[in-house]
Amino acid sequence: MSRITLLSLQILVAVVTLALWQVFSSVPVFGKVLLPPFFFSNPVDVFSQIVKWFSTGVIWKHLAITLWESILAFVIGSAGGILVGFWFARQPRVAAVFDPYVKMVNALPRVVLAPIFALWFGLGVWSKVALGVTLVFFIVFFNVYQGVKEVPTTVLDNGRMLGMNERQLMRHVYWPSALSWMFSSLHTSVGFAVVGAVVGEYLGSAAGLGYLIQQAEGVFDVAGVFAGMFVLSAFVILIDMGVTMVEKRLLVWRPTAAARD
Amino acid sequence: MGMTEPTAVALDNATVAFRLADGRVYTAVEQANLAVAHGEFVAIVGPTGCGKSTLLNVIAGLLKPAAGSARIFDKPLGGLNRDAGYLFQADALFPWKTAIDNVAIGLEIRGTPRTEALARAQKWLTSVGLGAFANRYPHMLSGGQRKRVALAQVLIRDPKILLMDEPFGPLDAQTRQIMGNLLLELWTADRKAVLFVTHDLEEAIALADRVVIMSAGPSARIIGDWRITLPRPRDIAEIRMEKDFHALHREIWGVLKDEVMKGYVQSTQAGAA
Repeated sequence: MSRITLLSLQILVAVVTLALWQVFSSVPVFGKVLLPPFFFSNPVDVFSQIVKWFSTGVIWKHLAITLWESILAFVIGSAGGILVGFWFARQPRVAAVFDPYVKMVNALPRVVLAPIFALWFGLGVWSKVALGVTLVFFIVFFNVYQGVKEVPTTVLDNGRMLGMNERQLMRHVYWPSALSWMFSSLHTSVGFAVVGAVVGEYLGSAAGLGYLIQQAEGVFDVAGVFAGMFVLSAFVILIDMGVTMVEKRLLVWRPTAAARD
Repeated sequence: MGMTEPTAVALDNATVAFRLADGRVYTAVEQANLAVAHGEFVAIVGPTGCGKSTLLNVIAGLLKPAAGSARIFDKPLGGLNRDAGYLFQADALFPWKTAIDNVAIGLEIRGTPRTEALARAQKWLTSVGLGAFANRYPHMLSGGQRKRVALAQVLIRDPKILLMDEPFGPLDAQTRQIMGNLLLELWTADRKAVLFVTHDLEEAIALADRVVIMSAGPSARIIGDWRITLPRPRDIAEIRMEKDFHALHREIWGVLKDEVMKGYVQSTQAGAA
């Protein structure tokens, strides 16, 4: 399939879906509207809501808040994951002691932590960051741990025979290996940073995309809910494209990354 | 080589044993005695799984012998062998570094300024025929090219002893010959003690000053030591046509054949168990 055919088919799916949605929510079929506007709204209303948000500029503040929370959650979660991942991988005893607790905490659905974080950190940015951190931390931690553990013995021996001391092995062997594993999960961890921020906002806040959706729901403004969801999707896709660009630059040495471009 | 050449590597009754997962002790190599003079090229040949690589790892200091000892330039070896460069059988290049960075790293960690290290690495890449591939990552190079980079990576540190563990094993026949000639050319220009492990007797005879034969494992022993008097410089492809080559090959193969068969039988039994 050529690029143009593919793109037109992809657009066709969106057009058909939106058209069906518009038709079934406004034109009665056998005297009955299949998608009552109260529950399903319609594409035109949703679109005009989005236009209104952007034309009045209300949305920028919320987008900025959500973006800021996601970035903080990603940076703090990744830093923690890298540090602890390295520490555990280099100290098998520490890892063995903490192993059941790591599994326990990771098994916990993070949503239940949101009220506690709101209590501890207030309704501002930091309770959302905390929620995102608990999600990002474990993904990065597990990947860095694996990355350090899975350095091939031959590569390590080669480093030693070339005269590397422990510190140099860390810098030239363990670190790049761990980073490559971390970057391979970059899409997931960045996605979870956004999830943490939005869920946190949804459960209690005064700004952000999650707040916007929650507010619309509170007044049965279904158009507002859908508009919020569309803006959120576009937001996540944009961030994901950014991640792909970063990944391509940083993982040039990997066969898979090179094969993709 | 004169009589005054010092002994670069000496193994005195070196025995290497491993403790298996079930608690039993597996003796890989038993009471190996070997002396390699400075500048001498020694090939170690033996059937698959006879502990040839184990012996190299002992000399590299990556493994400690269970009994006996290794001496490097008449000093007992404790810890890693700082005089040795090791060319591994498997890919050992750092996949996240370009070819030139892979070669330069041995100098950089020693404290050589980066610009100087890169300049010398470029020279080494050129001398292994990869001058134009400096900025490629290992996965963008062919198997033979990766071996060339690995050779430059080891040689740039100018080790007095070169350990090679079936370095050309995974390459095709033509590439092996080209690599063999490249190795001889580099070695002739700067003679190091070389320990070259291979299972290919022809390759061993074509390259080495001495061919050492090991018996099939477990408890492999050194069972033969031949001096290869073929004239140098040699061409790996052409020397195989010579009459003297054939005579040596027939003689050594007579000893090696039985061990290869023993090793084969053992490996099939182990596979069936």
